[in-house]
Amino acid sequence: MQFVTAQSTAEAARLLAESGGAARVLAGGTDLLVQMKSGMVEPATIIDIKKIPGMMEITEEDGGYRIGAGVPGQMLGEHAGVVALWPGVVEGCELIGSTQVQGRCTMVGNLCNASPAADSVPPMVAANAVARIEGPDGSRDVPVADIPAGPGKLNLKPGELITSIFLPARPKRASDAYLRFIPRTEMDIAVASAAVSLELAEDGSIAHARVALGAVGPKVALVEDAARAIEGTTLDDAALDALMAACRAACSPINDKRGTVEFRTQVAGVLAKRAALIAKDRAGEKQ
Amino acid sequence: MKKIHVTTKVNGDEVEFLCPPEETLLDALRDRLGFSGAKEGCGTGDCGACSVTLNGRLVCSCLVLGAEAEGAEISTVEGLAHGGELHPLQQSFIDNAALQCGICTPGILVAAKALLERNPDPSDSEIRYWLAGNLCRCTGYDKIIKAVKIAAAEMRGETA
Repeated sequence: MQFVTAQSTAEAARLLAESGGAARVLAGGTDLLVQMKSGMVEPATIIDIKKIPGMMEITEEDGGYRIGAGVPGQMLGEHAGVVALWPGVVEGCELIGSTQVQGRCTMVGNLCNASPAADSVPPMVAANAVARIEGPDGSRDVPVADIPAGPGKLNLKPGELITSIFLPARPKRASDAYLRFIPRTEMDIAVASAAVSLELAEDGSIAHARVALGAVGPKVALVEDAARAIEGTTLDDAALDALMAACRAACSPINDKRGTVEFRTQVAGVLAKRAALIAKDRAGEKQ
Repeated sequence: MKKIHVTTKVNGDEVEFLCPPEETLLDALRDRLGFSGAKEGCGTGDCGACSVTLNGRLVCSCLVLGAEAEGAEISTVEGLAHGGELHPLQQSFIDNAALQCGICTPGILVAAKALLERNPDPSDSEIRYWLAGNLCRCTGYDKIIKAVKIAAAEMRGETA
Protein backbone atom coordinates (compact mmCIF):
# COMPACT_ATOMS: atom_id res chain seq x y z
CA MET A 1 0.00 0.00 0.00
CA GLN A 2 1.02 3.55 -0.73
CA PHE A 3 0.16 6.64 1.34
CA VAL A 4 -0.03 9.96 -0.48
CA THR A 5 -0.68 13.37 1.02
CA ALA A 6 -2.40 15.23 -1.81
CA GLN A 7 -1.54 18.91 -2.17
CA SER A 8 -4.46 19.90 -4.41
CA THR A 9 -7.90 18.59 -5.37
CA ALA A 10 -6.67 18.18 -8.95
CA GLU A 11 -3.83 15.95 -7.74
CA ALA A 12 -6.25 13.89 -5.62
CA ALA A 13 -8.60 13.46 -8.58
CA ARG A 14 -5.71 12.49 -10.87
CA LEU A 15 -4.42 9.88 -8.40
CA LEU A 16 -7.95 8.49 -7.98
CA ALA A 17 -8.46 8.28 -11.75
CA GLU A 18 -5.05 6.67 -12.35
CA SER A 19 -5.66 4.02 -9.69
CA GLY A 20 -8.52 2.44 -11.63
CA GLY A 21 -10.59 2.03 -8.48
CA ALA A 22 -7.76 0.77 -6.28
CA ALA A 23 -7.32 4.03 -4.34
CA ARG A 24 -9.37 5.34 -1.45
CA VAL A 25 -9.71 8.90 -0.19
CA LEU A 26 -8.83 9.43 3.48
CA ALA A 27 -10.47 12.29 5.36
CA GLY A 28 -11.51 11.36 8.92
CA GLY A 29 -10.83 7.65 8.41
CA THR A 30 -13.57 6.54 10.81
CA ASP A 31 -15.14 4.32 8.14
CA LEU A 32 -12.10 3.64 5.94
CA LEU A 33 -9.77 2.36 8.66
CA VAL A 34 -12.49 0.10 10.07
CA GLN A 35 -13.11 -1.32 6.58
CA MET A 36 -9.37 -1.87 6.08
CA LYS A 37 -9.07 -3.58 9.46
CA SER A 38 -11.90 -5.99 8.64
CA GLY A 39 -10.45 -6.71 5.19
CA MET A 40 -13.54 -5.28 3.47
CA VAL A 41 -11.26 -3.02 1.41
CA GLU A 42 -7.58 -3.34 0.57
CA PRO A 43 -6.64 -0.10 -1.14
CA ALA A 44 -3.42 0.06 -3.16
CA THR A 45 -3.22 3.78 -2.46
CA ILE A 46 -4.58 5.98 0.29
CA ILE A 47 -4.99 9.62 -0.63
CA ASP A 48 -5.03 11.88 2.42
CA ILE A 49 -6.88 15.05 1.42
CA LYS A 50 -6.70 16.96 4.71
CA LYS A 51 -3.64 19.02 3.77
CA ILE A 52 -5.28 20.38 0.61
CA PRO A 53 -6.05 24.09 1.15
CA GLY A 54 -9.65 24.62 2.29
CA MET A 55 -10.35 21.02 3.31
CA MET A 56 -10.31 21.81 7.04
CA GLU A 57 -12.17 25.10 6.72
CA ILE A 58 -15.69 26.43 7.05
CA THR A 59 -16.08 29.55 4.91
CA GLU A 60 -18.95 31.99 4.40
CA GLU A 61 -20.18 32.08 0.82
CA ASP A 62 -23.23 33.90 -0.59
CA GLY A 63 -24.87 34.03 2.84
CA GLY A 64 -24.37 30.29 3.37
CA TYR A 65 -21.41 28.14 4.37
CA ARG A 66 -18.98 25.94 2.49
CA ILE A 67 -17.80 23.01 4.60
CA GLY A 68 -14.49 21.44 3.56
CA ALA A 69 -14.39 17.67 3.13
CA GLY A 70 -11.99 17.26 6.07
CA VAL A 71 -14.00 19.28 8.62
CA PRO A 72 -14.85 17.02 11.57
CA GLY A 73 -18.32 16.92 13.16
CA GLN A 74 -17.07 18.52 16.34
CA MET A 75 -15.74 21.55 14.44
CA LEU A 76 -19.11 22.04 12.77
CA GLY A 77 -20.76 22.10 16.21
CA GLU A 78 -18.25 24.73 17.38
CA HIS A 79 -19.13 27.10 14.52
CA ALA A 80 -21.74 29.54 15.84
CA GLY A 81 -22.73 30.68 12.34
CA VAL A 82 -23.50 27.20 11.00
CA VAL A 83 -25.29 26.23 14.22
CA ALA A 84 -27.51 29.32 13.93
CA LEU A 85 -28.29 28.86 10.22
CA TRP A 86 -28.60 25.06 9.93
CA PRO A 87 -29.04 23.57 13.45
CA GLY A 88 -30.63 20.41 12.05
CA VAL A 89 -27.60 19.65 9.89
CA VAL A 90 -25.31 20.18 12.86
CA GLU A 91 -27.38 17.93 15.14
CA GLY A 92 -27.37 15.19 12.51
CA CYS A 93 -23.60 15.43 12.16
CA GLU A 94 -23.05 15.47 15.91
CA LEU A 95 -24.97 12.19 16.29
CA ILE A 96 -22.28 10.31 14.35
CA GLY A 97 -20.31 8.13 16.77
CA SER A 98 -18.55 8.98 20.00
CA THR A 99 -16.62 12.10 21.03
CA GLN A 100 -13.51 10.42 19.60
CA VAL A 101 -15.24 9.78 16.27
CA GLN A 102 -16.57 13.37 16.29
CA GLY A 103 -12.98 14.58 16.36
CA ARG A 104 -12.44 13.02 12.93
CA CYS A 105 -15.68 12.09 11.13
CA THR A 106 -16.80 14.30 8.25
CA MET A 107 -20.10 15.07 6.51
CA VAL A 108 -18.60 14.17 3.16
CA GLY A 109 -17.35 10.85 4.53
CA ASN A 110 -20.76 10.13 6.01
CA LEU A 111 -22.31 10.86 2.59
CA CYS A 112 -19.72 8.80 0.69
CA ASN A 113 -20.03 5.81 3.02
CA ALA A 114 -23.45 5.62 1.34
CA SER A 115 -25.39 4.12 4.22
CA PRO A 116 -29.15 4.77 4.05
CA ALA A 117 -28.96 5.29 7.82
CA ALA A 118 -26.24 8.00 7.70
CA ASP A 119 -27.23 10.67 10.23
CA SER A 120 -25.92 13.76 8.44
CA VAL A 121 -27.50 12.95 5.08
CA PRO A 122 -31.25 13.50 5.71
CA PRO A 123 -30.65 17.00 7.14
CA MET A 124 -28.29 17.82 4.23
CA VAL A 125 -30.98 16.69 1.77
CA ALA A 126 -33.64 18.70 3.65
CA ALA A 127 -31.27 21.69 3.53
CA ASN A 128 -30.89 21.27 -0.24
CA ALA A 129 -27.13 21.13 0.36
CA VAL A 130 -24.90 20.91 -2.70
CA ALA A 131 -21.80 18.74 -3.03
CA ARG A 132 -18.84 20.10 -5.00
CA ILE A 133 -17.22 17.31 -6.97
CA GLU A 134 -13.70 17.38 -8.35
CA GLY A 135 -12.81 14.97 -11.12
CA PRO A 136 -10.73 14.39 -14.23
CA ASP A 137 -13.08 16.69 -16.19
CA GLY A 138 -12.92 19.54 -13.68
CA SER A 139 -15.43 20.40 -10.98
CA ARG A 140 -19.22 20.19 -10.87
CA ASP A 141 -21.91 20.90 -8.27
CA VAL A 142 -24.55 18.25 -7.52
CA PRO A 143 -27.38 18.32 -4.94
CA VAL A 144 -26.56 15.99 -2.02
CA ALA A 145 -29.90 14.23 -2.64
CA ASP A 146 -28.55 12.97 -5.99
CA ILE A 147 -25.26 11.57 -4.65
CA PRO A 148 -26.40 8.24 -3.08
CA ALA A 149 -27.26 5.53 -5.62
CA GLY A 150 -28.10 2.78 -3.12
CA PRO A 151 -26.52 1.07 -0.11
CA GLY A 152 -22.72 1.49 -0.51
CA LYS A 153 -23.12 3.04 -3.97
CA LEU A 154 -22.62 6.60 -5.18
CA ASN A 155 -23.40 8.54 -8.34
CA LEU A 156 -19.77 9.51 -8.80
CA LYS A 157 -17.69 8.79 -11.89
CA PRO A 158 -14.27 7.14 -11.70
CA GLY A 159 -11.70 9.62 -10.42
CA GLU A 160 -14.27 11.91 -8.82
CA LEU A 161 -14.23 12.99 -5.18
CA ILE A 162 -16.38 15.36 -3.15
CA THR A 163 -14.31 18.28 -1.89
CA SER A 164 -16.91 20.32 0.00
CA ILE A 165 -20.56 20.68 0.95
CA PHE A 166 -22.38 23.97 0.47
CA LEU A 167 -25.15 24.85 2.91
CA PRO A 168 -27.12 27.64 1.23
CA ALA A 169 -28.38 30.95 2.61
CA ARG A 170 -31.96 31.02 3.85
CA PRO A 171 -34.58 33.60 4.89
CA LYS A 172 -34.47 34.89 8.45
CA ARG A 173 -37.52 32.97 9.70
CA ALA A 174 -36.35 29.52 8.74
CA SER A 175 -34.85 26.57 10.56
CA ASP A 176 -34.49 22.81 10.52
CA ALA A 177 -34.33 19.78 12.79
CA TYR A 178 -33.22 16.15 12.66
CA LEU A 179 -34.39 13.24 14.81
CA ARG A 180 -33.55 9.56 14.74
CA PHE A 181 -34.77 6.52 16.62
CA ILE A 182 -32.21 4.26 18.28
CA PRO A 183 -32.93 1.76 21.07
CA ARG A 184 -30.56 3.54 23.45
CA THR A 185 -29.44 7.13 24.05
CA GLU A 186 -26.03 7.31 22.32
CA MET A 187 -23.62 5.52 20.00
CA ASP A 188 -25.96 3.65 17.68
CA ILE A 189 -27.15 3.57 14.07
CA ALA A 190 -30.55 5.02 13.11
CA VAL A 191 -33.43 2.54 12.86
CA ALA A 192 -35.44 5.35 11.25
CA SER A 193 -34.76 9.07 10.96
CA ALA A 194 -36.32 12.29 9.69
CA ALA A 195 -35.12 15.78 8.85
CA VAL A 196 -37.39 18.76 8.24
CA SER A 197 -36.37 22.19 6.97
CA LEU A 198 -38.96 25.00 7.08
CA GLU A 199 -39.38 28.62 6.04
CA LEU A 200 -42.15 30.59 7.74
CA ALA A 201 -44.38 33.19 6.03
CA GLU A 202 -45.17 36.58 7.63
CA ASP A 203 -48.29 35.11 9.30
CA GLY A 204 -46.30 32.25 10.85
CA SER A 205 -47.59 29.56 8.47
CA ILE A 206 -45.23 27.27 6.58
CA ALA A 207 -44.15 29.00 3.36
CA HIS A 208 -41.79 26.29 2.19
CA ALA A 209 -40.74 22.88 3.51
CA ARG A 210 -38.37 20.05 2.68
CA VAL A 211 -38.69 16.65 4.38
CA ALA A 212 -36.15 13.83 4.14
CA LEU A 213 -36.23 10.35 5.66
CA GLY A 214 -33.33 8.04 6.51
CA ALA A 215 -33.03 4.27 7.12
CA VAL A 216 -36.43 3.51 5.59
CA GLY A 217 -35.31 2.74 2.04
CA PRO A 218 -32.20 1.93 -0.01
CA LYS A 219 -31.18 5.59 0.13
CA VAL A 220 -32.14 8.74 1.98
CA ALA A 221 -35.40 9.96 0.45
CA LEU A 222 -36.65 13.49 -0.19
CA VAL A 223 -40.42 13.23 0.37
CA GLU A 224 -42.06 15.99 -1.64
CA ASP A 225 -45.61 14.89 -0.75
CA ALA A 226 -44.74 15.34 2.92
CA ALA A 227 -43.54 18.89 2.28
CA ARG A 228 -46.72 19.73 0.28
CA ALA A 229 -48.81 18.34 3.17
CA ILE A 230 -47.61 21.06 5.55
CA GLU A 231 -46.98 24.03 3.25
CA GLY A 232 -49.60 26.74 3.80
CA THR A 233 -50.53 25.30 7.21
CA THR A 234 -49.59 26.19 10.78
CA LEU A 235 -48.82 22.54 11.58
CA ASP A 236 -52.31 21.96 12.92
CA ASP A 237 -53.29 18.37 13.73
CA ALA A 238 -54.74 17.72 10.26
CA ALA A 239 -51.54 18.92 8.59
CA LEU A 240 -49.38 16.81 10.88
CA ASP A 241 -51.54 13.75 10.18
CA ALA A 242 -51.13 14.37 6.44
CA LEU A 243 -47.36 14.80 6.93
CA MET A 244 -47.14 11.47 8.77
CA ALA A 245 -49.25 9.69 6.16
CA ALA A 246 -47.11 11.04 3.30
CA CYS A 247 -43.91 9.99 5.08
CA ARG A 248 -45.21 6.50 5.77
CA ALA A 249 -46.30 6.14 2.15
CA ALA A 250 -42.72 6.93 1.09
CA CYS A 251 -41.16 4.22 3.30
CA SER A 252 -39.81 0.99 1.84
CA PRO A 253 -37.56 -0.25 4.66
CA ILE A 254 -35.92 -3.61 5.20
CA ASN A 255 -36.87 -6.00 7.98
CA ASP A 256 -33.91 -6.72 10.21
CA LYS A 257 -32.91 -7.24 13.82
CA ARG A 258 -32.91 -3.50 14.44
CA GLY A 259 -36.48 -2.88 13.30
CA THR A 260 -39.37 -4.38 11.40
CA VAL A 261 -40.91 -2.82 8.30
CA GLU A 262 -44.02 -1.89 10.29
CA PHE A 263 -42.03 -0.34 13.15
CA ARG A 264 -39.73 1.67 10.90
CA THR A 265 -42.66 2.94 8.85
CA GLN A 266 -44.63 3.94 11.93
CA VAL A 267 -41.68 5.64 13.63
CA ALA A 268 -40.58 7.54 10.49
CA GLY A 269 -43.93 9.35 10.52
CA VAL A 270 -43.69 10.20 14.23
CA LEU A 271 -40.11 11.48 13.84
CA ALA A 272 -41.07 13.68 10.87
CA LYS A 273 -43.93 15.19 12.88
CA ARG A 274 -41.71 15.93 15.88
CA ALA A 275 -38.90 17.30 13.72
CA ALA A 276 -41.38 19.59 11.93
CA LEU A 277 -42.62 20.96 15.27
CA ILE A 278 -39.04 21.55 16.49
CA ALA A 279 -38.04 23.24 13.22
CA LYS A 280 -41.11 25.51 13.40
CA ASP A 281 -40.32 26.51 17.01
CA ARG A 282 -36.72 27.28 16.05
CA ALA A 283 -37.81 29.33 13.05
CA GLY A 284 -40.39 31.20 15.13
CA GLU A 285 -37.75 32.20 17.66
CA LYS A 286 -35.83 34.07 14.94
CA GLN A 287 -38.03 37.21 14.87
CA MET B 1 7.39 -1.98 1.14
CA LYS B 2 8.62 1.55 1.53
CA LYS B 3 8.39 2.92 5.04
CA ILE B 4 7.27 6.46 5.69
CA HIS B 5 9.35 8.89 7.72
CA VAL B 6 7.15 10.80 10.16
CA THR B 7 8.12 13.76 12.34
CA THR B 8 5.60 14.67 15.00
CA LYS B 9 5.27 15.99 18.55
CA VAL B 10 4.20 13.76 21.42
CA ASN B 11 3.47 15.48 24.75
CA GLY B 12 5.44 18.50 23.57
CA ASP B 13 8.58 16.64 22.49
CA GLU B 14 9.56 16.31 18.85
CA VAL B 15 9.94 12.68 17.81
CA GLU B 16 10.40 10.81 14.54
CA PHE B 17 9.69 7.29 13.40
CA LEU B 18 9.51 5.08 10.33
CA CYS B 19 6.32 3.12 9.70
CA PRO B 20 4.61 1.21 6.92
CA PRO B 21 1.76 3.18 5.29
CA GLU B 22 -1.01 1.03 6.79
CA GLU B 23 0.28 1.22 10.37
CA THR B 24 -2.02 2.94 12.84
CA LEU B 25 -0.93 5.80 15.06
CA LEU B 26 -1.72 3.51 18.01
CA ASP B 27 0.80 0.91 16.86
CA ALA B 28 3.38 3.58 16.07
CA LEU B 29 2.98 5.13 19.53
CA ARG B 30 3.20 1.79 21.31
CA ASP B 31 5.71 -0.19 19.27
CA ARG B 32 7.97 2.47 17.77
CA LEU B 33 7.93 5.28 20.31
CA GLY B 34 7.40 3.36 23.55
CA PHE B 35 4.20 5.16 24.58
CA SER B 36 2.32 2.09 25.77
CA GLY B 37 -0.31 4.02 27.75
CA ALA B 38 -2.86 3.95 24.92
CA LYS B 39 -4.30 0.44 24.65
CA GLU B 40 -5.85 -1.51 21.81
CA GLY B 41 -9.26 -2.73 22.93
CA CYS B 42 -11.35 -3.21 19.80
CA GLY B 43 -9.18 -1.68 17.06
CA THR B 44 -12.31 -0.27 15.39
CA GLY B 45 -13.04 2.93 17.29
CA ASP B 46 -15.75 1.52 19.53
CA CYS B 47 -14.06 1.26 22.94
CA GLY B 48 -11.91 4.38 23.37
CA ALA B 49 -9.01 2.58 25.12
CA CYS B 50 -6.62 4.07 22.54
CA SER B 51 -7.80 7.68 23.04
CA VAL B 52 -5.21 10.42 22.49
CA THR B 53 -5.56 14.00 21.33
CA LEU B 54 -4.41 14.89 17.82
CA ASN B 55 -4.00 18.64 17.24
CA GLY B 56 -6.20 19.24 20.26
CA ARG B 57 -9.04 16.92 19.28
CA LEU B 58 -9.85 13.70 21.06
CA VAL B 59 -9.49 10.75 18.66
CA CYS B 60 -9.14 6.98 18.68
CA SER B 61 -5.50 6.42 17.70
CA CYS B 62 -6.51 3.06 16.19
CA LEU B 63 -8.49 5.03 13.57
CA VAL B 64 -5.57 7.30 12.63
CA LEU B 65 -2.68 6.24 10.43
CA GLY B 66 0.82 6.86 11.74
CA ALA B 67 1.57 8.70 8.49
CA GLU B 68 -1.17 11.22 9.28
CA ALA B 69 0.76 12.35 12.37
CA GLU B 70 3.30 14.21 10.21
CA GLY B 71 3.59 17.73 11.63
CA ALA B 72 0.89 17.08 14.22
CA GLU B 73 0.78 17.52 17.99
CA ILE B 74 -0.24 14.46 19.96
CA SER B 75 -1.00 14.16 23.66
CA THR B 76 -1.13 10.81 25.44
CA VAL B 77 -1.74 9.73 29.02
CA GLU B 78 2.02 9.83 29.57
CA GLY B 79 1.81 13.64 29.34
CA LEU B 80 -0.65 14.03 32.23
CA ALA B 81 1.68 13.73 35.22
CA HIS B 82 4.43 16.29 35.77
CA GLY B 83 7.55 14.68 37.18
CA GLY B 84 6.40 12.62 40.13
CA GLU B 85 3.18 14.56 40.56
CA LEU B 86 0.03 12.99 39.22
CA HIS B 87 -2.58 15.03 37.36
CA PRO B 88 -5.63 15.78 39.57
CA LEU B 89 -7.67 13.38 37.40
CA GLN B 90 -5.16 10.57 37.96
CA GLN B 91 -5.09 11.21 41.73
CA SER B 92 -8.88 11.34 41.85
CA PHE B 93 -9.20 8.02 39.99
CA ILE B 94 -6.95 6.41 42.65
CA ASP B 95 -8.63 8.13 45.60
CA ASN B 96 -12.11 7.26 44.36
CA ALA B 97 -11.40 3.71 43.20
CA ALA B 98 -12.35 4.57 39.62
CA LEU B 99 -10.32 1.75 38.12
CA GLN B 100 -9.96 -1.97 38.54
CA CYS B 101 -8.12 -3.71 35.71
CA GLY B 102 -7.01 -0.35 34.29
CA ILE B 103 -7.13 -1.15 30.59
CA CYS B 104 -9.70 1.56 29.85
CA THR B 105 -8.17 4.06 32.31
CA PRO B 106 -5.55 5.80 30.11
CA GLY B 107 -8.16 6.47 27.42
CA ILE B 108 -10.69 7.70 29.97
CA LEU B 109 -8.12 10.01 31.58
CA VAL B 110 -7.18 11.55 28.23
CA ALA B 111 -10.86 11.91 27.30
CA ALA B 112 -11.78 13.41 30.68
CA LYS B 113 -8.91 15.90 30.47
CA ALA B 114 -10.12 16.98 27.02
CA LEU B 115 -13.62 17.48 28.47
CA LEU B 116 -12.44 19.58 31.41
CA GLU B 117 -10.40 21.79 29.10
CA ARG B 118 -13.63 22.67 27.25
CA ASN B 119 -15.98 22.55 30.19
CA PRO B 120 -14.43 22.93 33.66
CA ASP B 121 -17.76 22.23 35.41
CA PRO B 122 -19.60 19.48 33.53
CA SER B 123 -22.82 17.91 34.81
CA ASP B 124 -23.12 14.14 35.31
CA SER B 125 -25.01 13.96 32.02
CA GLU B 126 -22.36 15.92 30.14
CA ILE B 127 -19.63 13.64 31.49
CA ARG B 128 -21.60 10.52 30.55
CA TYR B 129 -22.25 11.70 26.99
CA TRP B 130 -18.65 12.85 26.52
CA LEU B 131 -17.32 9.50 27.77
CA ALA B 132 -19.89 7.39 25.88
CA GLY B 133 -17.11 6.23 23.56
CA ASN B 134 -14.96 4.94 26.43
CA LEU B 135 -16.08 1.48 27.45
CA CYS B 136 -15.27 0.04 30.87
CA ARG B 137 -16.10 -3.58 31.57
CA CYS B 138 -15.22 -3.94 35.26
CA THR B 139 -15.19 -0.76 37.37
CA GLY B 140 -18.66 0.45 36.47
CA TYR B 141 -19.27 3.98 35.32
CA ASP B 142 -20.57 5.58 38.52
CA LYS B 143 -17.17 5.73 40.19
CA ILE B 144 -15.57 7.07 37.01
CA ILE B 145 -18.14 9.87 36.72
CA LYS B 146 -17.69 10.70 40.40
CA ALA B 147 -13.88 10.77 40.10
CA VAL B 148 -14.10 13.17 37.12
CA LYS B 149 -16.48 15.46 39.05
CA ILE B 150 -14.23 15.55 42.11
CA ALA B 151 -11.14 16.23 39.99
CA ALA B 152 -13.00 18.99 38.14
CA ALA B 153 -13.95 20.65 41.46
CA GLU B 154 -10.35 20.48 42.63
CA MET B 155 -9.09 21.93 39.36
CA ARG B 156 -11.56 24.81 39.74
CA GLY B 157 -10.00 25.47 43.16
CA GLU B 158 -13.01 24.24 45.11
CA THR B 159 -12.64 21.76 47.94
CA ALA B 160 -14.89 18.78 47.51
